Amino acid sequence: MLSNDGSDGFPSALKLLIAGGFGVGKTTFVGAVSEIEPLHTEELLTTASVGTDRLTGVEGKVTTTVAMDFGRITISGKHVLYLFGTPGQERFWFMWDELSHGAMGAVVLADTRRLEDCFPAVDFFESRGIGFLVAVNEFDRACRYEPEDVRSALDLKPDTPVVLCDAREERSATGVLINLMQHLLTQQARR
Amino acid sequence: MSVLDTDDEHWFDDDAGRLIRPYTVSDGRTEPTTRMELLSMVIATGRRPPGQLGTEHAQVLGLCGSVTTVAEVAARLRLPAVVAKILLSDLVDWGAVDTRAPDPMADCTNLTVLETILNALERRI
Ligand SMILES: Nc1nc2c(ncn2[C@@H]2O[C@H](COP(=O)(O)OP(=O)(O)O)[C@@H](O)[C@H]2O)c(=O)[nH]1
Ligand SMILES: [Mg+2]
Repeated sequence: MLSNDGSDGFPSALKLLIAGGFGVGKTTFVGAVSEIEPLHTEELLTTASVGTDRLTGVEGKVTTTVAMDFGRITISGKHVLYLFGTPGQERFWFMWDELSHGAMGAVVLADTRRLEDCFPAVDFFESRGIGFLVAVNEFDRACRYEPEDVRSALDLKPDTPVVLCDAREERSATGVLINLMQHLLTQQARR
Repeated sequence: MSVLDTDDEHWFDDDAGRLIRPYTVSDGRTEPTTRMELLSMVIATGRRPPGQLGTEHAQVLGLCGSVTTVAEVAARLRLPAVVAKILLSDLVDWGAVDTRAPDPMADCTNLTVLETILNALERRI
């Protein structure tokens, strides 16, 4: 299995993040594109609590379990893509550095009925310089928005793509990943 | 229903839930001896570790027959990521598992890699 051709025979794993609010379709999206059933794991995060205990002056520590789903797409013998759905209901997932560090790019899923749910993810990826696009998951009874309306509501930069998708459909979700790779290529070529 | 898509792993099912008590198997340890990440690759070397393996280490080793990731080992055994890392790092110490940390920055910015992924995705639809 291990070879001596200058590499060590291990494929490299590349990470994409699927972010967005609770119930927006992250797990559905990961399941639609993954070649395996979405898997699940968790980590305990210890974070300083927002307030400081005024009597003791000691910072309270809060421990939260942060969980995410993930799936995989084998690209070749050399590259494997992993898609991690970020925990939407957890305020602290950003602090799980291991989850966001080294991410090649991200999809922010948006539900037009609750666009504000994706503000934290948009802010986070912009501040970390992680290339991302916004994919509007078109729920059946959601009022339809034009991508340009979504762009201005989220105050996105002009070059951040906004696309529409159905997270349940493999073709549609794969199309979002294709758009993301094209966006990353364009960004990279400009450097 | 089992969450596993492969054939021979049936040491737990959805009803029974997690059959390994996380911090018991890691002996209360919270730090792996080898630094590992969710996307570190692992594979069994084929070398027998010294002595008799405990059940949990044997289960972890059993999942490393072909190259896989720390995240997948953790998920398949329903362990918190840190506990899977501790068990895997023991196996690395015993020479039974090889690991390689991810180097995503080498690939994220590489146009050829981005194009390879784009082409592979386009072939899927
Ligand atoms: N109608 C419709 N339902 C969807 C769509 N995407 C997800 N859902 C449903 O919305 C619910 C929440 O989706 P889930 O993937 O669990 O959201 P998550 O919390 O972001 O992981 C599930 O019941 C899905 O079946 C969609 O595009 N259209
Ligand atoms: Mg989910």
